[in-house]
Amino acid sequence: MTTYIGKRLLAAIPVILGLSIIVFLVMKLIPGDPAQALLGSYATPENVERINRALGLDRSWPEQYVIWIGNLLQGDFGRSYILNRPVLDEVLERFGATLILAGSSLIICSVLGILAGIVSAVRQFGWTDRIVTFFVLIGISMPAFFLGLVLILLFAVQWRLLPASGMYAVYGGGDLPDLLRHLILPAGTLAIVATGVVARLTRAAMLEVLRQDFVRTARAKGLSENAVIYRHAFRAALVSIIPVIGIQAGFVLGGAVYIETVFQWPGLGQMLVKAVSTRDLLLVQGGVLVAATVYVLVNLLADVAQAMLDPRLKA
Amino acid sequence: MKSKWYGLAPLLAATALALISPVAAQTPPNVLVVGQIAEPASLDPHVSTAANDFRIAVNLYDGLVRNKSGTLEIEPALATDWTISDDGLEYTFNLREGVSFHDGTPFNAEAVKFNFDRMLDETHPFADTGPFPLSFFFSSVDKVEVIDDLTVKFTLSEPYAPFMSNLASPTGLIVSPAAVEQFGADYGRNPVGTGPFKFEEWQSNTSVVASRNQDYWGGAPALEAAIFRPITDANTRVAEMLSGGIDVLLETPPDNVAQFRDDANYQVVEAVGPHVWYVMLNAKEGPFADVRVRQAVNYAVNKESLVNDVLQGTAEVSAGPIPPAFNWAYNEEIDPYPYDPEMAKQLLAEAGAEGASLTFLVTEGGSGMLDPVPMGTAIQADLAAVGLDVEIQTYEWNTFLSEVNPGLEGKADMAEMAWMTSDPDTLPFLTLRTAAWPEEGGFNSSYYSNPEVDELLDAARVSTDQEERAALYKKVQEIAHEDAAWLFVANWKQNAVVTSAVENFELQPDFGLVLRDVSKP
Repeated sequence: MTTYIGKRLLAAIPVILGLSIIVFLVMKLIPGDPAQALLGSYATPENVERINRALGLDRSWPEQYVIWIGNLLQGDFGRSYILNRPVLDEVLERFGATLILAGSSLIICSVLGILAGIVSAVRQFGWTDRIVTFFVLIGISMPAFFLGLVLILLFAVQWRLLPASGMYAVYGGGDLPDLLRHLILPAGTLAIVATGVVARLTRAAMLEVLRQDFVRTARAKGLSENAVIYRHAFRAALVSIIPVIGIQAGFVLGGAVYIETVFQWPGLGQMLVKAVSTRDLLLVQGGVLVAATVYVLVNLLADVAQAMLDPRLKA
Repeated sequence: MKSKWYGLAPLLAATALALISPVAAQTPPNVLVVGQIAEPASLDPHVSTAANDFRIAVNLYDGLVRNKSGTLEIEPALATDWTISDDGLEYTFNLREGVSFHDGTPFNAEAVKFNFDRMLDETHPFADTGPFPLSFFFSSVDKVEVIDDLTVKFTLSEPYAPFMSNLASPTGLIVSPAAVEQFGADYGRNPVGTGPFKFEEWQSNTSVVASRNQDYWGGAPALEAAIFRPITDANTRVAEMLSGGIDVLLETPPDNVAQFRDDANYQVVEAVGPHVWYVMLNAKEGPFADVRVRQAVNYAVNKESLVNDVLQGTAEVSAGPIPPAFNWAYNEEIDPYPYDPEMAKQLLAEAGAEGASLTFLVTEGGSGMLDPVPMGTAIQADLAAVGLDVEIQTYEWNTFLSEVNPGLEGKADMAEMAWMTSDPDTLPFLTLRTAAWPEEGGFNSSYYSNPEVDELLDAARVSTDQEERAALYKKVQEIAHEDAAWLFVANWKQNAVVTSAVENFELQPDFGLVLRDVSKP
């Protein structure tokens, strides 16, 4: 197992390195540069040149890239051009916020999705199955940003039950209940879509397993229906459910981009959107690198968990 | 299994209630929470370029001079008075006595010199705490000298009339040299000025908090604190206002203004701004090289409908290149081109340009661009009605600028543009002179050229007599209007919504958000 993890980690290095090159090139190839973004209407060629010199952007692309990677290996992610602040400070601060949001959504969608999936598989075509399918369909087809706005309108504006945006209250807040209060709407919105997917796939996996011989054997042995479903069938179905959770982890990380914008959640997604529009190259590269690394790690984790459950995959 | 879940249910419900039940509190008294459009980039006024940052900075800092409340006229701030030499080259300022920065260091002539040298002298020990994108506002400054502790002299390399206006702009705000020495490049997150509010803390993407400066030379402000919250999404900003999370809502989307106007719990505050929204017309090639075609499009576009229907009354119809906010330099006698499609058709027929195909560059958004896509399509529809076939090409703002700034030649016939400036000189000087064509490093991307305008603008720039300058700018407007240099469209009225608890809230024509007189008992 250790060699397997080690191999996977080593394989991730070229992926992340390649990604850094792609991000670097994309940011260079789209028109407009940080100087342009800083100067706005005042961007004369002369002013642009002056700012580019001050930012070290007058060097050749390979030179800029090599300098960046060199500094990176020494733990220096550089300084954001626009925020004039160390990239690592900004990225870590933002990443913490994203982790809280994406993590809690992932927990919500896994728990609810798996439960809903099991229930609708066990009572296939019953009324619970129909209700679950109905909500799953809504969850899957409703754009997350729109759902977010609807929830803000209901819970924050109409009923004034929950804050509309932000991660903490700007005065007298900052404790855990305050954080949770701010988390309910964005994490809930993000989870609803993912819950639908998890529920659909859990249902399919369970239906598949419930038809198999060992389930029939378990029933024949006189085990209680609950024991059959949760101890035998669900355990077997988990092998196909876990990779889905891994994919959903990537999905909520990606989905966090809109949700963070709608709910003003101070996370990585929101930062990246702004950094791209201001052509803040080092910040984009730093942010993407961290996000990609986490994505690779989460998928690795899911694969390891799956391998542990299903010995056939270890080879 | 079921029973287990039923056991948990009351616990879950109780937790949910505990989190939900305290109805979102109203903001506390004496603390003003401002919903800003974005996270500030830097609170170093010499480094920032965004109106968003300046709105905070003007409360933390003072400049040598400032714009008188509600106008764009200069009044004393950290300088009590000044003299200008007859040749317009030497400006000597007497400084206010007994003023200290928030960190306790004294404000004096040395501090002023430090501020400008830092921006303008690349060999200054703190020049690397930049970059200073807007320092070219002061590029005419040759040297800054300390005469004595409270007297400082600026020598310009050439007469430059907008100098005082630029000193009153946020880029002219005075920072604490001691704090720059202490924080270096991180100064932008640790700002220290002499203003009515002291910087307290900056929580990334959550808030910037400023507290009352008890020792402010102009008298301590009424508010105990001002909190600036970044809320990028316009809908979310409106939702925060409606849910009681903020006291001041800036840049309300046009569609929401009416809703707040009709609600007694809110006041809508408006002010004209030195803003111009126009469409460049490529005068070098294609149909717009003929002045009659340029005039025709000015008749063909229904600007009243644009500002009332598309912009929901958040702008006024524009008559020329100088906005009415510069009241002393604005020519009242020039009326906007009326909406007259028949006249437009006639002019097009005379010019032989009926049915011409035009390319129109439109941006998706951008500083001061209001609602550029709907505005672009409305213009397209009006021009179609007089037989012009307009093809729109849409670009993201940065891409748009890099398409438009090098000039429209070979690319397009029309392009949207908007400017906000601190002096009536800036916009025409950068966009209407022959010497401002893109290849000369200016922003005259539509190649307008009229020798008379060139002369008038050159004369206005070196004159230190305001009346004389005013007469010159008025003449410029007259000619630019007659020449139909652009398709003149709109001047934006800035707006803010405040709750009824907020008192003395005013918007300034220079886009500053001055909170020193605001109260919220």
